Order: sequence, then C-alpha cells, then structure tokens
Amino acid sequence: MMNYGPSVRIRDLRVRRGGRLVLPGVSLDIRPGVVTGLLGPSGSGKTTLIRSIVGVQIVESGEVTVLGKLAGSPELRHVVGYVTQAPSVYGDLTVRENLRYFARILDASTDRVEEALRVVSLSERADQIVGTLSGGERSRVSLATALLGEPQLLVLDEPTVGLDPVLRRDLWNTFHELAAAGTTLLVSSHVMDEAERCDDLVLVREGRIVATGSPDELRHQTHADDLEDAFLALAEAS
Amino acid sequence: MSVRITLATAGRVLRQLRRDHRTLALVLFVPTLLMTLFRYVFDGQEATFDRVGPPMVGIFPFVTMFLVTSIAMLRERTTGTLERLMSMPLAKLDLLLGYGLAFAAVAVVQASLTAAVAFGLLGLDAAGPVWLVVVLAVANAVLGMALGLFLSAFAQTEFQAVQFMPAFVLPQLLLAGLLVPTEQMARVLELISYALPMTYAYDALARAATDVLDARLAFDAAVIAGFIVVALVLGASTLRRRTA
Repeated sequence: MMNYGPSVRIRDLRVRRGGRLVLPGVSLDIRPGVVTGLLGPSGSGKTTLIRSIVGVQIVESGEVTVLGKLAGSPELRHVVGYVTQAPSVYGDLTVRENLRYFARILDASTDRVEEALRVVSLSERADQIVGTLSGGERSRVSLATALLGEPQLLVLDEPTVGLDPVLRRDLWNTFHELAAAGTTLLVSSHVMDEAERCDDLVLVREGRIVATGSPDELRHQTHADDLEDAFLALAEAS
Repeated sequence: MSVRITLATAGRVLRQLRRDHRTLALVLFVPTLLMTLFRYVFDGQEATFDRVGPPMVGIFPFVTMFLVTSIAMLRERTTGTLERLMSMPLAKLDLLLGYGLAFAAVAVVQASLTAAVAFGLLGLDAAGPVWLVVVLAVANAVLGMALGLFLSAFAQTEFQAVQFMPAFVLPQLLLAGLLVPTEQMARVLELISYALPMTYAYDALARAATDVLDARLAFDAAVIAGFIVVALVLGASTLRRRTA
C-alpha cells in the first residue's frame, strides 16, 4: 500500500454523539511517517475524531480516508493499530496470554510478542494476570497489543496517562523510532508538555481545529515562548 | 473467516474460564448436585425420576451456557475488547464459532459428568442410548450460547443480563412439556410452546431417553439446529464494527 499523499485525509467530518454535534465539520490532513499530536482539553472531541479515523464511529457526513482507503475498510484492519483510552485487554488472562491471542489474530509471530513486551517494559510481568496490574501497567499491555502487527498507522488515545516519566520518555523515543521506520503515528494528549515531543500538532477545541503546524511554527506564529501560551493565544483568537 | 482465529478465540475463552476456578466448579458440579437433589425429592417415585431425569441432563447445559455467554459477551462490550476485536482482522463468525466451540467443549464435560453420576450412581434408568442424551445436551449448550450472545446485546449491565435467565429461560422450561405435557396446557400456551426452542429440546431428550428414535426426534433435532443458526445470525447482527 504505497502512498505518497497524506496518511489520513478528512473532509467536512460531522459527527453527532448522544444528540450533541461533537464534530461540526472537520477537515484535516495527517502527514505520513511522522508523529502527529492531537491536543486539546478533555471533551474537545479528540476521541471522536480518533474513532472516526479508525472507522469505529458512526459519522453523520463527511469523508475520512486512511492510506487511500475509506476509514473502516476491511483492508485497513491489518495496517491500522488502535489503542483506546481505557485499556481494552482481558483482565483475567496474563499479559503474555493477552498478547499471544491478539498476535494470533494478526498472524504475528511470538517473537513480536516478546518484542512488544520489551518495548513497553513489561517482560518481567509477562506471566502476571492483567487484573492484578496497576492502571499504568494495564495501559501498557493495551499499547503493546497495538505494536504486534506492523501497523502503517498507529492511533493512540492518551497512551501515556499515569506513566512514570522515564517510561514516558522511552515510549516517546519508541514512537519516533517507529515513525523513522515509516509508521504514521497519531497520539492524543491533553498534556501540553507532550506537544513538544511531536513533529506536527493539531490543536482541537470544542470540536474545531484551532491550529495545525509544528511546535516551532505555532510558537513563531503566536510570538509565544512556550506551547501553552501559544495554545492560549490560538484558542482566544479562534 | 479463519480457522486460526476461530481456534485462538476458543482457546482464549477456555483459558479465561479455567482461570475462574469457582465458575468452572459451579458449571461442572451444580448440575450433578441438582440431579442428586431430584433423586431424593422423588424418593420412592422412581418412574417420575426416570421421566424427568434424562431431559434435565440435557437442559442444564442450555441454562448454564446461556448465562455464562451473556455475561462474557457483555464484558467484551463494556471493557472495550469487543471494539478492539472489531477493529482487527477478525470475522464476526470467528468470534461466534470460537465461543461456540469453547462452550460446546465445556458442555461435553458437564453433560458427561452429570450423565455419569445420574445413570451410574443415582440409579437413573433410560431405555434409550445415553450417548444420544449427551449429544443433545451439547446441542442445547450451543443453542444456549447463541441465544445468550444475542440477548446480551440488550443488557447494559450484568444485573440486567442475569435477569434474562428468569425472563427468557424459565418460561421456556415451564412451557416445554416437562411439568405438564404441552397438549394439556391452555391452548394459547400450547401454541406459544411450539415457537420456543426448549419445547423441541425437551421432546428430543424425552424421546431419546425412552428409546423412541423416530422421525419426530429427527425433526426436533433439525428445529434445534435451525434455532441455533437463527440465533447466531441474530447474534452476529449485534456485533457492530461501528458504534455511536
């Protein structure tokens, strides 16, 4: 699936959830092979946007294409990795049993399981029942499952919440290694200090895209010293 | 669909069940205990025990698998694992057949154990082949699984899912002909009983136990198979790739 255009292309996306118009008409392009940060406060529509890209969200209108195919196409299920905000793994299985099951679905080797465990620093906890892990560890199991296949697009909804700073830095390094190897990453966060680690930023507020660009571009554009101030300036201007 | 994914799913479901020792013990031994209870409730009424006993061997798996599947599926929905699976290269049929295989395997053990205790230790007598009673029990387990899977889509909480047992299973038991032959019930109830799968399950089990291996038994078996297919199709329709 070679593709030289944007990895994700969204045009006039409108999504209603629970009667509320969460996304009133979003258009966005996401560049391939970089880490794009989706930033915005809680309730701004980040998760809905992510769900639309992964193709699990019922949308009202608009078009979302991923790697040249309509979002949710069966061909994309092999090449799009998705990690939900709440860890979606089996609490009554061990870490390794969870990963082995998802690996069988993706037809990934057991080597990939061990590799994914290593990336999220859970090799030593591999035989522990997931239900007995801490919240942060459980999120890492969930993240590891998304690394099993060889996804061309990896969509991560707040993957680093509650993680230890060292592990958080390591994971961000992993994200950049994956991007360098050609994977497109979309990572949502509501923490501004993570924005600095992204190649591209998409700032969302109340279902609208307030700004896009690299951290440097956004700082330059707003004459702000840090991204927090830049976001404030952009939010107030919109 | 894929054999690899179906088998992986069946293995995963069994592994989850194996971890839950208490549930496993309840699934395997409660039918045996209830059967023992039946034996002594009908103490001195061997004919009644011989009439009610064999169908019960086949009906327990239906009830158990209905409950276990509806809760297991509800958990898949509420913990987000179903959404993850639906975003992966897994066919809906892989999931349905995986669950079906896993619970059919449990039903084989459950029904064999119940049958062994009932026929071996409790002195239950059946004129017909015991193996056929066990085979019908496994078919009932798959039917219970398929119905539980479908109905779980209508439960938002485990409280609701558990209430589906008295709401959907108990009336079927009452109308199946076990307590009173269907033709002796009020006409309306008799007609309703013909629309319920348990009626055919009971009739097949009663025939197998009394060695009446006739065309009507084959018809009952076909109806049960039909209900399984319909319930699986309905169940598949509740597995949505996209949700609101």
